[in-house]
Amino acid sequence: MDIQLLTLILFAGAVCAGLLGALTGLGGGVIVIPLLTLGLGFDMRYAVGTALITSIATSSGAATAYIREGITNIRIGMFLEIATTLGAVCGAMVAIYLPTGFIAVIYGVVLVFSAAMIVRKKNADGNVAAPDSPLAKRLKLNGTYPTANGTVSYKVRKVMGGFSMMGLAGILSGILGIGSGALKVLAMDTVMKIPFKVSTTTSNFMVGVTAAASAVIYLQRGYIDPGLALPVIPGVLTGAFFGSKILMKANVKILRIIFAILICFLSIQMIYNGITGRI
Amino acid sequence: MIGKSLRVGVIASVLITLCGGILYLFQHQGLATQYAPAPDETDAHFAGAQPYLRGISTVVAHILQLDGAAIVQLGVIVLIATPLLRIVLSLAAFIIEKDKLYALIAAIVLTIILSNMFFSG
Repeated sequence: MDIQLLTLILFAGAVCAGLLGALTGLGGGVIVIPLLTLGLGFDMRYAVGTALITSIATSSGAATAYIREGITNIRIGMFLEIATTLGAVCGAMVAIYLPTGFIAVIYGVVLVFSAAMIVRKKNADGNVAAPDSPLAKRLKLNGTYPTANGTVSYKVRKVMGGFSMMGLAGILSGILGIGSGALKVLAMDTVMKIPFKVSTTTSNFMVGVTAAASAVIYLQRGYIDPGLALPVIPGVLTGAFFGSKILMKANVKILRIIFAILICFLSIQMIYNGITGRI
Repeated sequence: MIGKSLRVGVIASVLITLCGGILYLFQHQGLATQYAPAPDETDAHFAGAQPYLRGISTVVAHILQLDGAAIVQLGVIVLIATPLLRIVLSLAAFIIEKDKLYALIAAIVLTIILSNMFFSG
């Protein structure tokens, strides 16, 4: 394919990834991996490397908006980062020995799960009446966040349960090149009972760090190619910028359902192509 | 402060990538791209990016020769370094607050990521 045309196609894809990231909290891998493998027929390994770059760009782009609001719980994020970075390193080490078709199938399964996470019911308030977790207290994980009706405080439960799930999220992120934001939110939301506003922004903070941990390895293996990174970095940030504008105006609920259906369709394609050995 | 560092990192990365990108497109004009897996290629064989684009020192050496691909790759490295800078700044903040436990935790996370840089490849 002609290099200018490829740059244009990837730029358009990256803008979509940035938009999706801003509207749903999903990392960029959801768009970039299917585009490169199913759409353009590229090697799965280039797709993984490019997706990692997309995830970091989405995370850093969105984080600049979130931190100002003061909702991110840096302590929760930092503590759980131990699990996700260790997982990401293991995942990236193991990934060389896995056939690309197998990686495509795992990716498809994670996609279905991410689609379900977009439209799920959210844990809005957290669990204020939850019993104290001694470990959460010792680690100073309990916190507060501002709302229109004043400051709300929350307590963190099942710290070790959340920690081990973050390890799994890290492994998947290392193998697939995605941020596995959906798994991270699930761990914080369902297991640790952290309120939605805090879990989303903290997960976003962690996605960038986890993806950077794997990217360090993938860069040295040559999975990250400048020809593919070139349109992706400006594209994602353009998309994220307009996404955050739309987020304030549009009916996001309908958008989320459309995205969820699209993602399910992509995941079936990935699984089918992975099993039949076409990826 | 931490939010600001992220924004600066991201903007720097985009600007470097765009500059390198324009050069890259000129230098690779008319060339066909080769990212598809070769039909007879096994999983063990993967061409990947050119070897000089895989490490910081060789990338920097080629930037001085105005190699577009190397400049784009520098943009990528700046982007990867941005979340790491955020950890370094948090570590500094925990030390200033005399929060020993979290200074230790931030140091562990940083060590895990940096040790990758030296022991993988």
